[in-house]
Amino acid sequence: MRWMRQTAAVTLMNLKSLPRRWGSALVAVVGFAGVVAVFVAVLSIAEGFEQVMGTVGSESTALVLRGGSDSEMSSGLTLEQTRIVKQAPGVRRESGEPVASAELFVIVDVPKRSTGTAANVPLRGVEPGAFLVRPEVEIVEGRRFREGRNEVIVGTAAASQFAGLELGNRLRWGEATWEVVGLFEAGGGVHESEIWTDARVLQPAYRRGATFQSVYTALESPESFQAFKDALTADPRLEVDVTRESEYLAAQSRVLRSLVGVLGNLIAALMAVGATFGALNTMYSAVAARGREIATLRALGFQGGPVVVSVLAESLFLALVGGLVGGALAWAAANGYQTATMNWQTFSQVAFSLRVTPALLVGGLGYALLMGLLGGLFPAVRAARLPVVSGLRQR
Amino acid sequence: MKYLPLLWRNLMRRKARTLFTFLSVAVAFFLFGLLMAVKNGFEAGIEIAGQDRLLTIHKVSIIQLLPLRYLEQIRAVPGVAAATHSTWFGGVYQDPKNFFPQIAVEPEELLDLYPEYIVPSEQRQRWVATRTGAIVGRKLAERFGWQVGDRIPIQPTFWRPQDGDGDTYEFDLVGLYEGATPDVDETQLFFHHDYLMERVGDMGQVGWYVVSVADPERADEVAQAIDGLFANSPAETKTTTEKAFMQGFAQQVGNTGALLMAIVAVVFFVILLIAGNTMAQAVRERTAEVGVLKTLGFTGPTVLGLVLGESLLLVGGAAGLGLILIWLAVPGLRPLVETFLPVFYVPARSLALGASLAVALGLASGGLPAWLAMRLEIVEALRRR
Amino acid sequence: MSEALARVEAVHKVYRRGAETVDVLNGLDLEVATGEFLALMGPSGSGKTTLLNLLGGLDRPTSGRVVVGGQDLGRASGRELARWRARHVGFVFQFYNLLPVLTAERNVELPLLLTRLKRSERRRRARTALEIVGLADRASHYPSQLSGGQEQRVGIARAIVNDPTVILADEPTGDLDRATGGEILDLLVALNERHGKTVVMVTHDPLAADRATRVLHLDKGVLAEASE
Repeated sequence: MRWMRQTAAVTLMNLKSLPRRWGSALVAVVGFAGVVAVFVAVLSIAEGFEQVMGTVGSESTALVLRGGSDSEMSSGLTLEQTRIVKQAPGVRRESGEPVASAELFVIVDVPKRSTGTAANVPLRGVEPGAFLVRPEVEIVEGRRFREGRNEVIVGTAAASQFAGLELGNRLRWGEATWEVVGLFEAGGGVHESEIWTDARVLQPAYRRGATFQSVYTALESPESFQAFKDALTADPRLEVDVTRESEYLAAQSRVLRSLVGVLGNLIAALMAVGATFGALNTMYSAVAARGREIATLRALGFQGGPVVVSVLAESLFLALVGGLVGGALAWAAANGYQTATMNWQTFSQVAFSLRVTPALLVGGLGYALLMGLLGGLFPAVRAARLPVVSGLRQR
Repeated sequence: MKYLPLLWRNLMRRKARTLFTFLSVAVAFFLFGLLMAVKNGFEAGIEIAGQDRLLTIHKVSIIQLLPLRYLEQIRAVPGVAAATHSTWFGGVYQDPKNFFPQIAVEPEELLDLYPEYIVPSEQRQRWVATRTGAIVGRKLAERFGWQVGDRIPIQPTFWRPQDGDGDTYEFDLVGLYEGATPDVDETQLFFHHDYLMERVGDMGQVGWYVVSVADPERADEVAQAIDGLFANSPAETKTTTEKAFMQGFAQQVGNTGALLMAIVAVVFFVILLIAGNTMAQAVRERTAEVGVLKTLGFTGPTVLGLVLGESLLLVGGAAGLGLILIWLAVPGLRPLVETFLPVFYVPARSLALGASLAVALGLASGGLPAWLAMRLEIVEALRRR
Repeated sequence: MSEALARVEAVHKVYRRGAETVDVLNGLDLEVATGEFLALMGPSGSGKTTLLNLLGGLDRPTSGRVVVGGQDLGRASGRELARWRARHVGFVFQFYNLLPVLTAERNVELPLLLTRLKRSERRRRARTALEIVGLADRASHYPSQLSGGQEQRVGIARAIVNDPTVILADEPTGDLDRATGGEILDLLVALNERHGKTVVMVTHDPLAADRATRVLHLDKGVLAEASE
């Protein structure tokens, strides 16, 4: 109990003397804030990308591609194959019809709004079943394309990132002209970066004959996936890969996630080393400046423990302030910032917003506190070991 | 020079403080070098892209194929010096994670158009003569431990063989190419377009054309002439300089340059404060000594120089160490990033930029304390005991 | 006594402390002859140190003239004053003011860094100065390894190493015990008598003042009385 009281008294005294040492304290705070800001901002890229790739991918939606294809881009299925897939066991049926959509996936060059340079925007040809397989797709402006017409609907993220995709615009790709008749949302998922049209219109435009690249099927339940997959792989007329949509999308975000994760953590770790040295500096000079004060306390009978705790508390306090400031800065600068990047597996653009999540902020704060702990520990021990007599003699 | 011992002794006065400042500055410059290597990796393609080379791609998107018969028409356009075609193969070696570009080409035409790919002449001849032959970049060969003479099996994704001779492409490694500069991508595999056509059944189509122009000044004119040839045809083209294409491609990845520079700015701001604080503390606790020096006849500018010299010594030494360490570490880091960044090294111009930043940082962090020391009144300073 | 080395004419010195002004020197006149050992005495705040600072070119008079060795110090620029101090003045301080990071020899060498002398020559002269003050065997010691008296000897060696025209000493024995202080005074007297150095010393210790050739008393910014 006495120990607690001593600790509280010494700590309070320390913190009260902070304003007198504001220059040095500010340097430590800025150091912590810088590390946390960079850490949070860089990882918010991965969070944002993951949000887009992860929100839609449904457990009970299956994706069928030609065997050996790593993405829809390199896949190819005949009309006959897509029919066999749709009739497989495990596919949900509504009014007797399988809920499924055979689709084409190509890219078109559309200029980026920010730079004016051409970007590979995904153009997806779908069947009417697409809207049943993906109930999250919802027209927010205009209407759906009509079957058999050169009409497209555009995801809201694509419309905001790329130029010329406004409602009512006419686009010329190849020999055909397409009209934007609707804008759609897809629950914040990857389809919002896409342009959709009727697969049967896209086939001749891209000289695909009657072929498709993928079949999306709604399953009766997440558990029926295995039966569905087994049936297809056992079918001698097919040579296909079957995955859950959620797994397919997770695999696609892996490259970017690991790149950003490796870079973000490496940069943050290196910066943290630098900032920890800065903090050590601040705390050592704080201890040196208060050497006489500490010695006086020790001479008065205060124990070493409370002195150690008080120095640590000061360092942690600075780290906390720095971490909060850094997190707030990252949140203000990065959160919601819209951008787009290349999804290497499909060679096409994915639009997303940076996301500063509470978990990231907590992580950043933890990082700051760790730096504060390291930065305060050695000076604290030095303070407690300071010989009382020579401390008192200090000018 | 004669002041060096004094500067050194002053830095060593508070060893812990100097050491911590030194290390944080060194870490900052290590990070700077790393970020510059990453930035250069993203931009290397733009850097080396020939101004006299044009790329002709399908107007709708690069994944659409173009008819092979365009080649002769392009060659006939006035101002075109040479032209060849390339096709993206996009196959998988063992595992999709082992990504690297495989491109079907006309070997002799490719090597003539890309003098930056350096192949020993005897390997070049063997490649031209071997239908299943392929050449790969030196770094790619190192990554998978390939030797000339190896057979490399690649699984196709788009280009399924139709000749009933199995599903796999087997390439004979007949040569290695090296880049003429460090910015050249040494992680690609090139093989015969003829071999591809033989396996899939000749479709008379290619991915894109590479065109070299006689006069780079007239590149835009030639590009328009080429696109004009195929306007209103089923396969319209879009021709740009290779540089513009690479820039556009880099933009698709995102504005990595701005992101990296923002990080560098934050890092240097933090380090500037840390080093500046150290110098300010150092000068503040030596106020009386500065007064003594001035009494002995040291002029204000000399005192200014002494303080700046001290901060330059501290920051410069630390920056030098940081830059040397990253320069040594980069080859070790290369395998970690090779898939994303085929070109990964710290360019000489970044080292030079780092050196100038070190000087600027040294001057900035020592600037205010030095100025205060210069302006310090002797009588004031001596009174502070 | 020979001709005047320094001449102080009608010097006023006013310090401003916030709103109030303090008159430290009030129309003071003084001549310092070449080769004399002058002691300045007086109570705290009498202006002793201010006068010494004016003679050393560390400070400028508010009005009046300070001419030392033919140089009008009031008119010289800061840069000229610094160069002049380096060549003509040796300072000795109450608290020695050695740089703690340098050895005794390096401290003595310090003023020579301002000259064009070669390194070997600087070292030789620093050694000689240390020999004169009897500390040749402590050349490589740091100030923290020396006693107070030894530190002050190093301070004196530093003051004479550039062979100055005048040595200005501000309470050189103020921080030392009587015996050690006596040794320091012996040294100053020897420098004055044997080496012909002009010495101006501020002190409030009558015993110290007794060793001088002339003693002046300051009170409230003017010379109170003169005695031989």
